[in-house]
Amino acid sequence: MVRKLAPLFSALILALTLVPTAQAVEVERVESDKGIVAWLVRDDTVPVTAIEFTFADAGAVMDPEGKAGTANLTSALIDEGAGDLDSQAFQGRLNDLSIRLSFSAGRTDFSGSFYSLNRYRSDAVDMLRLALNAPRFDEEPVARIRRQILSGLKQKESDPGSLASEALMKTLFPGHPYSVPTQGTQDSLAAITVADMKRFQAEALTRDRLKIGVVGDITPAELKPILDKAFGALPMTGRMPEVADVTIDGPAGTVVVDQAVPQSTVFFAQQGLAIDDPDYYAGMVLNHILGGGSFESILMQEIRVKRGLAYSVYSFLQPMEHAALLRGGLATQNDRVAQSIDLVGQVFTDIKENGVSTEQVKDAKTYITGSYPLRFTNTSSIANQLVAMQRYDFGIDYIDARNGYVEAVTADQVNRLAGTLLNPDALALIVVGQPDGVEATLPTPDGVGG
Amino acid sequence: MSHALPLNRPPRAAMFAALLFATFTLVPGLAQADVFGAKSFTLNNGLQVVVVENDRAPVVTQLLMYKAGAMDETPGKSGAAHVLEHMMFKGTDSVAPGEFSAIVSRNGGRDNAFTGHDYTGYFQSVSSDRLDLIMRLEADRMRNLILDQSHFEPELQVVLEERNSRIENEPGAILNEQAAPALYYNHPYSRPIIGWRHELAALTLSDLRSYYDRFYAPNNAVLVIVGDVTLDQVRRLAETHYGPIKPAEIGRDHSLIEPPHQAKRRVTLADERVRQASWSLRKIAPSYGTDGPTSQIYALQVLMDIVGGGNTSRLYRALVVDQGIAVSAGGWYSETDRGPGTIGAYAQPAEGHDIADVEAAVRAVLSDVLENGVQEDEVTRAVQRLQDGAASARDSLMGPAQVIARGLTIGLSLEEIEGWPEQISKISADDVNAAARAVLSKPGELTTHLLPQTEEPS
Repeated sequence: MVRKLAPLFSALILALTLVPTAQAVEVERVESDKGIVAWLVRDDTVPVTAIEFTFADAGAVMDPEGKAGTANLTSALIDEGAGDLDSQAFQGRLNDLSIRLSFSAGRTDFSGSFYSLNRYRSDAVDMLRLALNAPRFDEEPVARIRRQILSGLKQKESDPGSLASEALMKTLFPGHPYSVPTQGTQDSLAAITVADMKRFQAEALTRDRLKIGVVGDITPAELKPILDKAFGALPMTGRMPEVADVTIDGPAGTVVVDQAVPQSTVFFAQQGLAIDDPDYYAGMVLNHILGGGSFESILMQEIRVKRGLAYSVYSFLQPMEHAALLRGGLATQNDRVAQSIDLVGQVFTDIKENGVSTEQVKDAKTYITGSYPLRFTNTSSIANQLVAMQRYDFGIDYIDARNGYVEAVTADQVNRLAGTLLNPDALALIVVGQPDGVEATLPTPDGVGG
Repeated sequence: MSHALPLNRPPRAAMFAALLFATFTLVPGLAQADVFGAKSFTLNNGLQVVVVENDRAPVVTQLLMYKAGAMDETPGKSGAAHVLEHMMFKGTDSVAPGEFSAIVSRNGGRDNAFTGHDYTGYFQSVSSDRLDLIMRLEADRMRNLILDQSHFEPELQVVLEERNSRIENEPGAILNEQAAPALYYNHPYSRPIIGWRHELAALTLSDLRSYYDRFYAPNNAVLVIVGDVTLDQVRRLAETHYGPIKPAEIGRDHSLIEPPHQAKRRVTLADERVRQASWSLRKIAPSYGTDGPTSQIYALQVLMDIVGGGNTSRLYRALVVDQGIAVSAGGWYSETDRGPGTIGAYAQPAEGHDIADVEAAVRAVLSDVLENGVQEDEVTRAVQRLQDGAASARDSLMGPAQVIARGLTIGLSLEEIEGWPEQISKISADDVNAAARAVLSKPGELTTHLLPQTEEPS
């Protein structure tokens, strides 16, 4: 039953639906003497400096054949001893100076994260320089980190979410680098040598693919020598990975990965939108309405709120370098999987055929624009925005311009996009569990659930 | 690169810190005197309001935390606090079911809630010119909640699915749930926050109503506002929206106290889904709630930073680096609790080693600390690290809100929360060693073994 809203609250809602645009954040382009470019936002809220950076196309896509996990293993080792400092000395120094320094390798990029109190900044930058330029790869940390990753891989063999992810990528991208697990496999990890990691470092951690975002209590004049010190000695260029573009066209159907758990984990995916697609912002609005993380999304309403079938159900756009996905997921007890999957298909079909309402589009736009400033409440998060803006060629004025792109989306555009993009007949479904009454129509990929 | 994350409402903050191995539970967010720069006032109805001004972005976070959580549930009604938290989104006299989140969302805001043993928290982040709206909404549901059967039934199913996700699908979580009654002889921390399945499934609306009526009142809550606002603005809005709510008598039972623990207990779970064995040692320890902010508590925080914090700690260095017998090892101290605190250590054996190997190695590290003590130099560096953490404590909105609300809820004063770095700075190696001997040498302990199906307990 729907209760009548008190007039007071209805008035309030109407009055407040105009949301101010993002605050004026001034982004400066800083170029060092050696030509290293960073985007900077000066902010003296706390006495710190955050540097976020990414090496584009330097993630798992660079892994040599049979040596999957090279980028990831390297990312875990370059802060385990560098220069004259062995692993414990290096980590001890980071710890004593409260320096947060970490590296990670994803499917496409190799990223780094630096956060230091300004009073330790000079020493902290030295540590960053050493990690990027002079990692030691000593025997002990290489063996230790390899053991830890192997242990993690073993644990993933029985983790429903990890199994579903792996099955999804192998099903969608057979024979493509995206199907290879970024952390590698037991066999591939064992095959990686120090020479492989050094070659990776020389070929992938190069200046031509570096994007840097800096936020903190720091001036451009202070930043320039820091950029030169940390990044100036890296090679200019290296090897670019060869990765084929893929358009997702199914395979439509269902993979069931047998796992003795009371609750099945379900992932679904179809073709999505590239980040530079002219319809990307319409897609953002469409996804928000479909299952984009608010309680008002249609998937949430149909599957959780009305029927109590799942605790979490969601969708998201995943644009990658060479493929783009519209993905989603839910988890529900084994005897309710069939009903939940049917509902997902019905929701896709209904939106595709009947569209969404002008009101839904308006509410989604209000949320997407209004919540944008919430990304600017901590130093590292702002720096990450600056990296993404460079990574995707968004332009230095993007923070001011972005909400305008969202505002420009119309209901007609969203509904036209829904008609062409949503493809319930081509959904690939992965179910990990022991679902009742769900037939597997696609094979379980090799190596999943082993 | 941008991944929308699955919505996990509520992120039932697993505030059972002792059971959260991966995170070291010292509170790095606590700040040097005046680092939060928090200001506070109390309304006539007893609601304490704290404001942290931060104008970095034109946004504000409201966190309303009730001093009531799973530990306050009537025996037999486990899960009631958490299910009520879900039902708090299901409407009042003036806001229709589901409209709370819809209104926040239509105003560009995000909202969520979480339940712990000690407290239940509700928060929103929104453009700072919408503070009036979210305070009005939050105040409204403090007293005017409508509990309706037609919304309760599907929501209970949602929570049962949440239990499947969090517990039934996670062998480590099952072990923690089974271990808690062995760790707590008398205290309600022995019950799972999400509730035992049979009790959860049997909850009724009147169970929730009774909990709501007992605990949801201004004199049993703290309100923290962080962001682009001023104290005067918050005071005015708090008077307007929360001010008129009448205080209520809080129906809290007498707190249950743990008797001295004298026995050694062991809880073992073997599960075919486990691919990596884990071992842990858990002991009851002083907490702010049971002991107040004593110097022993600060000394234990320093101790466990040295012994178990991160990958240069004594445990990690000994087991993972030097001996190479474990893939992980560390320790924790959970002191920010209303009930008993906990202290402990954990390790996961590397390939070719077993639980017995890592247990012996952890005990050797702890014995060395008890016999030879930690060094002054280690203490100096740990104190510096802990204080450095406080220097960046204001680098978010939700961080300060949670630290302050959590501290106030379990009985610390705002001054005690703000003064944490100063207290830490007074700690010497002698203090640390005395605290270690006093707490770690006590006889009672629980060890847990999480094992693959094939491996027999040693």
